[in-house]
Amino acid sequence: MSRKIRILISKPGLDGHDRGAKYIARALKDAGYEVIYMGIRQSPEAIVKTAIQEDVDFVGLSLLSGAHNELFPEVVRLLREQGANDVIVFGGGVIPQEDISFLKEQGIEAIFTPGTPIQKVIEFIETNKERVLH
Amino acid sequence: MIGKLVNGIIHGETRSIARAISWIENDVPQKEELIDALFEHTGRAQVIGITGPPGSGKSSLLDRIIEQERKRDKKIAVLAIDPSSPFTGGAILGDRLRMQKHTVDAGVFIRSMASRGHLGGVAGATSDSVKVLDAAGFDLIVIETIGVGQTEIEVMNIADLVMLVLVPGLGDEIQALKAGVMEIGDIFVVNKADKEEANRLKAEIEYVLHLKSEDEKGVKSPIFMTSATENTGIEELVNGLHEYMQRMGENGTLRERRRRRVTLELKKIITAKIEAHVHKFLETGNNLDVWIDQILRKKTSPYKLINEKVIQILKELKEK
Repeated sequence: MSRKIRILISKPGLDGHDRGAKYIARALKDAGYEVIYMGIRQSPEAIVKTAIQEDVDFVGLSLLSGAHNELFPEVVRLLREQGANDVIVFGGGVIPQEDISFLKEQGIEAIFTPGTPIQKVIEFIETNKERVLH
Repeated sequence: MIGKLVNGIIHGETRSIARAISWIENDVPQKEELIDALFEHTGRAQVIGITGPPGSGKSSLLDRIIEQERKRDKKIAVLAIDPSSPFTGGAILGDRLRMQKHTVDAGVFIRSMASRGHLGGVAGATSDSVKVLDAAGFDLIVIETIGVGQTEIEVMNIADLVMLVLVPGLGDEIQALKAGVMEIGDIFVVNKADKEEANRLKAEIEYVLHLKSEDEKGVKSPIFMTSATENTGIEELVNGLHEYMQRMGENGTLRERRRRRVTLELKKIITAKIEAHVHKFLETGNNLDVWIDQILRKKTSPYKLINEKVIQILKELKEK
């Protein structure tokens, strides 16, 4: 038996700046995870359908447009609605400090703002992966 | 637990299908029981392999094929394989990026699969995952291989039919392709046919196929010219695909292939089972270092050592 952690990386909404998302995808691959890269301009519905088909353990959302307070919680809500209760959602991008506690209340478990060392993201996954091992 | 999963799969529930594929990929202990339980529900789907060099447009072409098949109301599942890093085991799975317009279509299931060290162009989990999708009621299952070179031909042992996608501009490299992967194509596609030299490539393929058909009977392989980005030649390709599949059914090729597939599968299972038992009996894990030292100190030789162990196993079996 050889369990691999699978992570979906996507950008919801109408923001085309994918450098950060691609950087994260690449770094997570180098850390030994299987990364499903979905790219830009995704609807929360498409992200959730993909997360379920791919049976991922984590969903990482990146957004720089400012719509994170709407789109991030919608992804969590749809995941739970579909019965995917064990999928852990985290986010990143240009997100004001004052929004972070709101997003965490909505079920986005970590927010990584610009300048976060990649090691922080990997630590987050390593600390939480026990919860999703089934 | 297995009963619930099996029930979910045969009712086509996405979460059950997805979880079952994870079980297979992760090689969980219940995997064999699951596959056996699904077995009576399999054998209905058509299984197609799409293979070709990296960047030949396999995913984009597949996106167009799905579009056509959905117009014909077929339920489609895709297993898209990408390579795992030999260094970290990580992978970037990006094939579905090209098939995004089907993401929210309930009649389409796409699963990305990392090769996880398996050679041959597919993943070790691919063939059992096909059974899950078959039992789930998909009409068509498409396996998209990793971008292949010459010898990644394992898809021919899983699919009913193999579609080889080639592109102009590889120049003389087509010569190199001739010996390996060129031999497993049932249907040939010249993608990016809007490019110059597409006709030359077609002529080269025709030449190779002509040589092949001189010493071999059977169904002649068609060649299709497509452009996934311009959306041309797709309907002809899909029609041709189904015609070819039908002919394979009529002339016995399909039956022969499925028989060969079971043969290979049984051999593979036998080998794996025997290997596991032998390692357990010999306690290879504990003893390997000792054996290596014996060989390095010239106390024994590799064949001699293992032959002695084999005799030991056979004796034990007889006594039982």
